[in-house]
Amino acid sequence: MTTSRLPGTIPALALLLLLALAGCERERRSFRETPPGATAFPAVQTSELQAGPRTVDPAVGAYQENRWAVGQGYTFYVQYNCAGCHAPGGGGGMGPPLNDDEWIYGSDPENVFATIVEGRPNGMPSFRGRIDDAQLWQLVAYVRSMSGLTPRDTWPARADHMQETRPEREPRPQWQLP
Amino acid sequence: MASTGAEVREGLLDAEARAEMERTWRPRPGLYGWLASTDHKSVAKRYVATAFLFFILGGLEALLMRVQLARPENGLLDPDQYAQLFSMHGTTMMFLFGVPIQLAAAIYLVPLMVGTRNISFPRLNAFGYWTYLVGGLLLYSGFALNTGPDAGWFNYVPLAGPEYSPGKRIDVWAQTVTFTEIAALVAAVELIVTILKQRAPGMSLNRVPLYVWSILVTSFVVLFAMPSVALASLMLAFDRLVGTHYFNPAEGGDALLWQHLFWFFGHPEVYIMFLPATGFVSEIIPVFARRRIFGHTALVLALVATGFLSFGLWVHHMFTTGLPQLGQSFFTAASVMIAIPNGVQVFCWIATLWAGRPRFDTPLLFVLGFLVLFVMGGITGVMVASVPFDQQAHDTHFVVAHLHYVQIGAFVFPLFAAIYFWFPKVTGRMLSETLGKWNFWLFFAGVNLTFFPLHFLGLMGMTRRVYTYLPETGWGPLNLLATVGAFTIAASVAVFLANVYRSLRSGRAAGDDPWGAHTLEWGTSSPPPSYNFLHVPVVQGLYALWERTPDRPVVTGMQTRRREVLLTTVLDATPDARYEHPGPGLAPLYTALGLGVTFIGAIFTPWAFVAGPVLMFGALLHWFATEEEKEGPPTHAEEPA
Amino acid sequence: MSARARRAAGLAAAVLLAGCGTNLSAVDPAGPQAARIAGLAGFLTVAGSAVFLVVVGFLLYAVWRGHRRAESAGGPEVERRMALWVGGGLAATVAVLAAVLLHNLATGRALAAFAEPDALVVRVTGQQWWWEVEYQDPSPHRRLLTANEIHVPVGRRVRVEVESSDVIHSFWVPNLHGKLDLIPGYSGVTYLRADRPGVYHGRCAEYCGLQHARMDLRVVAEPPERFAAWYEAQLRAAPPPADSLQQKGQQVFLTRKCAMCHTIRGTPAQSRIGPDLTHLASRGTIASGTLPNTRGHLAGWVVDPQRIKPGARMPPNQLASDELHALLDYLQSLK
Repeated sequence: MTTSRLPGTIPALALLLLLALAGCERERRSFRETPPGATAFPAVQTSELQAGPRTVDPAVGAYQENRWAVGQGYTFYVQYNCAGCHAPGGGGGMGPPLNDDEWIYGSDPENVFATIVEGRPNGMPSFRGRIDDAQLWQLVAYVRSMSGLTPRDTWPARADHMQETRPEREPRPQWQLP
Repeated sequence: MASTGAEVREGLLDAEARAEMERTWRPRPGLYGWLASTDHKSVAKRYVATAFLFFILGGLEALLMRVQLARPENGLLDPDQYAQLFSMHGTTMMFLFGVPIQLAAAIYLVPLMVGTRNISFPRLNAFGYWTYLVGGLLLYSGFALNTGPDAGWFNYVPLAGPEYSPGKRIDVWAQTVTFTEIAALVAAVELIVTILKQRAPGMSLNRVPLYVWSILVTSFVVLFAMPSVALASLMLAFDRLVGTHYFNPAEGGDALLWQHLFWFFGHPEVYIMFLPATGFVSEIIPVFARRRIFGHTALVLALVATGFLSFGLWVHHMFTTGLPQLGQSFFTAASVMIAIPNGVQVFCWIATLWAGRPRFDTPLLFVLGFLVLFVMGGITGVMVASVPFDQQAHDTHFVVAHLHYVQIGAFVFPLFAAIYFWFPKVTGRMLSETLGKWNFWLFFAGVNLTFFPLHFLGLMGMTRRVYTYLPETGWGPLNLLATVGAFTIAASVAVFLANVYRSLRSGRAAGDDPWGAHTLEWGTSSPPPSYNFLHVPVVQGLYALWERTPDRPVVTGMQTRRREVLLTTVLDATPDARYEHPGPGLAPLYTALGLGVTFIGAIFTPWAFVAGPVLMFGALLHWFATEEEKEGPPTHAEEPA
Repeated sequence: MSARARRAAGLAAAVLLAGCGTNLSAVDPAGPQAARIAGLAGFLTVAGSAVFLVVVGFLLYAVWRGHRRAESAGGPEVERRMALWVGGGLAATVAVLAAVLLHNLATGRALAAFAEPDALVVRVTGQQWWWEVEYQDPSPHRRLLTANEIHVPVGRRVRVEVESSDVIHSFWVPNLHGKLDLIPGYSGVTYLRADRPGVYHGRCAEYCGLQHARMDLRVVAEPPERFAAWYEAQLRAAPPPADSLQQKGQQVFLTRKCAMCHTIRGTPAQSRIGPDLTHLASRGTIASGTLPNTRGHLAGWVVDPQRIKPGARMPPNQLASDELHALLDYLQSLK
């Protein structure tokens, strides 16, 4: 009468192992990682045309798919006062909104990264050397999550402070009916 | 209706009757039969085995933590792993081991002790087990996928809220808790109905064994405590998944609300584990002291009083939150007061041992160990119940020491006593006394070695849930001692497992009643047949087997070709009606799986609340369609002659 | 009883803390609040041990007596004697519990009555995973912001107001008083007083996330005049760099990541995300009470904080060797 006699134990275990790879990555907390360098990226991409197939650095992808990285990104978004111009939840204010589908300087992680590092005309300061690379990638992941560019599971839930009143500025709930 | 056993034997050939009863009640063969079984004994056995498996997993988690803390600045675990381990340890021990194993033991023992053929609502019972299993598998799959809860078993908001615990880890915890709550609630309902309506004729309330009383009180505590945590975990899930603000102070929510709701359940939960343990003790002591227990009525009243008082204590988990003075005084008084009924129980047990002729077999050893550890834990309990002292001791290792003395001393020790006591009944084989004594002494030494030093560590400032500490604190030696103790406990459990293994392979045959005990289950064979009793016995006194007359009256006239149980009246247990139980079926399993889809799916998508109930609706249709045909309404039995 | 109990508690403390390097003990009081609790603890320990010994003694006697019986005892006479004993035990339990309860309530009342209007007011804000400390004063320019180290004058009552800026923490300095939770949305107040000079350690006592284990603080109790001198020194802005190396260090601080989070009054660095570093060199520890404030530890913390406190918000800083030394020089000049 032990659980080992449960039917389907072996297939279930196999399935778990498969899921484990995905699950571990999404929930991993990494404290001493070496993030992809800031120098490796081109400046603004002005055209969709490019030489050869684009490759995404897997380390960059890992930040985008990691729920904890997005959460850390949220913390830094508030602490480094990104919210001062872009509003909590990214609804925009002095700076452009971040939770819509319009990307002036590109929506790829590398583009967002470059925007923060280089700064942009009309007010976006450069944070080169001022923010840690790992934290930057976490910020990038959070910024992209606000417009739903990261996997659904990583979208931020509500935060523990006053919420914006306008519904379109509400942080996205994790439960999102299509 | 009641007639003497001798007459019955004359009237009907025993073997023939047994064969017919066996045909009616036996589980179906093969895998289907295993999955479909609604026999309280087979469900309870797998329930106990599963809960014990979780006990071992929780123990291994504790062992890892103890290794990490064995010396300052140990690098075995990083803070994230440590957080998951202590959260898993607490959640496992409280939700997957403590409450379930007590209810599971009751599911096995209560129908036998009250002299009936099966638990009331046998299908609901099977459903409860499957639900619990789904919950346990969810928690451990989450843990295996690095998605184990990491904000403690208590999950205080806002740390466990959406902002500070991103990801699915806390969602996994909340849904696991929901599953175990449902399992506990259905078990409580079945047990209450079994105790109140299915007792053997003659077992009026004043003849109910103390263990059954303890389960009755416990089940009512479950009924009132579990909804509180169900509500709390639902609110937490809503905060996390839908973006409600129950616990967000900035939007009018309240972070303390969580603590009130959680501890309104959390404190009674301690008694959900402890009250059945006192029931074990009250059953074992008279058997091994070879004497009637002293103060039966006082013990029953103590159980009821403890059950009530357990709801007045929850705030003593929150003494450092800065509550008003008056409220603190009230909860201090209530916390101190609960020592009175517990004191009464201890004194009655000691008096019984004094007047009896104790026989030092392993069950009694565990009971004696229980008494020592429980008195110890009770005294530190009174200490931490005082607000000023608790302000120093709270959330330090002093409390860790206290709660483990209470939980292990007052719950795990009686549980081991009960296993040694009832193992022969369940399996038909005795456990080895030699290994049993090793098991006991290693456990007793291990618990004291592990947890006694923690009192001092707490007063020396070692807070709880720390993954490491600095060498300058001077906590190293005592921690090392505690780690050695933890391994002693592990060795003891290993001895126990070896004992069970040995006994199952080649244990001495037990016979019907190896201990000379008095409750009804010892009057049937070991292991009991699928129908429990060939004839439902008639109870003639508080000590059913010790006090029965030589003619051994039984109930006759029950159907043997249907699963019929005898319903009796609540107070006097006079026969009331015959009631037919449904047979085995897969519907409980399907329903539990549907519930699993609902709650596990809800972590990922709200569509689960559409898909899950549809599946459950289908499963329930199947459930009702496969209840076996009955011949009209229950027929009223004749009054006994 | 209470004087004797206090002596017992003191003895227990002496035994326990022999060879113990830090002042972090609930039974070694350095002020009246902790002393009251230690007195109660002593009473509870003595009473509890007595009860334990009596009950276990009865248990052992009962087992021994029963073991020697040829026949288990019964009959109305035996039952009556047992009832008397159990009743007596019950009465004794009630008496002990009543004494405990009264002692409790008296202690609780005394602790609560310790409030005083002109106390020194310190506001402590818990953050993941450090303490912001703000001394209150009626005139705004005399308010003082510091972190992780609270200086108090010996013999003066201190009103500690606690609040949290993120999750629940708990403020605990065992030698001075019991703990008080910092709960978002609530503000808590506790009063304490240090009666003898010394450095008393404190910890966060409510699980608050990854670095809960390393969220310590220190309370430095010193004579009033030294406290006043300390306060005046702390009120001043940071001293300007004294030499070119320190000058370079300040530039590193202002142009790299440091200034994103930390304040050094008197410089453009004004962020309140991390601890205020204006007088960093005057503190005994860094990393929230984790490491002694030496040049080596400071270097290790600046370069790789995630090795010391994995999960903390402070990022690693890969600085060239000369930049690092300049920065350390500058930080160590912030007396």
